[in-house]
Amino acid sequence: MPEPERPPESSIAAFIYGARTAAASVFMFVITVTYIGFGALTHDYGLSVVWAMLSTVLIWAGPAQVILVTTLGSGTLTEAALAVGLSSVRLLPMVVALLPLVRRENTRAWQLVVPVHFIAVSVWVEAMRLAPNIPRERRIPFCNGIGVMLLTTGVVMSAVGYYLSALLPALFGAAAMFITPMSFLVSTARNSRLLLEKTALILGLVIAPVLAYYKIKLDLMWTGVIGGSLAYLLWRMRRPSL
Amino acid sequence: MTSFLSEPYVALVLLGFLPSEIWRWLGIALGRGLDETSEIIQWVRAVATALVAGVVARIVLFPPGALAGVPLTVRLVAITCGFLAYYFARRSPFAGVLAGEAVLIIGTLLFVR
Repeated sequence: MPEPERPPESSIAAFIYGARTAAASVFMFVITVTYIGFGALTHDYGLSVVWAMLSTVLIWAGPAQVILVTTLGSGTLTEAALAVGLSSVRLLPMVVALLPLVRRENTRAWQLVVPVHFIAVSVWVEAMRLAPNIPRERRIPFCNGIGVMLLTTGVVMSAVGYYLSALLPALFGAAAMFITPMSFLVSTARNSRLLLEKTALILGLVIAPVLAYYKIKLDLMWTGVIGGSLAYLLWRMRRPSL
Repeated sequence: MTSFLSEPYVALVLLGFLPSEIWRWLGIALGRGLDETSEIIQWVRAVATALVAGVVARIVLFPPGALAGVPLTVRLVAITCGFLAYYFARRSPFAGVLAGEAVLIIGTLLFVR
């Protein structure tokens, strides 16, 4: 990953640096495959190409988009909204964890609505990792650069996948869905520098299947709360001084 | 009401956009005023990490759509190989993603049909 030769000197330079960083990251490949798969899925479910692209612009969370398309065809509408909402709970702690890193004293809430819309696991991972190297007053444009680059790629690839759907081998759909957990796992592992995060990662992997197996309601939310809190408590107990 | 919500674009906004975006807006509301070194932010980071890990486990074990056609063993071996490749290739996420996908594709071609 290229480190900045010198800190970006303007907001535009920070935005461009963010976009270039995103273009060179693993997520460029991950988003391309994910959204070609998603575009093909929308085609198979009889939706339009504009719908596919607009859903990427508006939702910008891969698992939620797949759930929406597949449950619209089968489940009830309340089920669809609930399933989408539950799959996106992760966005809340992600935003809360990122904000103090990029916000300045005088930043207003409304100024965060657009930058925060870009937050998905891909953008979050890159922003959490690299924003500390950027001067604070340039961090929001830097994150916007990452977000615009990846979201635009996602929108274009949604259309590409839509039109390619007839040509794609059946296995491509499975491979495109698998790239989400694979990339989430390795990129979150790479960002887990503290023992706190490593423990939380392992606990999340263990707790989620148990809760899902016993069909516990809101299983993902509880995975986050229980796994995160346990990891935090263990980490605090191990620290010699507070 | 039901037919109104069945309109694809209405469904996109009300059943797709709002249920996702609400968490981002709540994040702005709850995250304001918190310091990046504060204890609560450390806890929130742990919760976020556990949640992303939960999504990983859920998709691999209870996959949606086309991925469900790949046997569980192949999915588990693929995600494990991907992680090992990431770890031993000096923590390169590229190596992990490519290796995981390769194992998934080869495994499916070998064991399905």
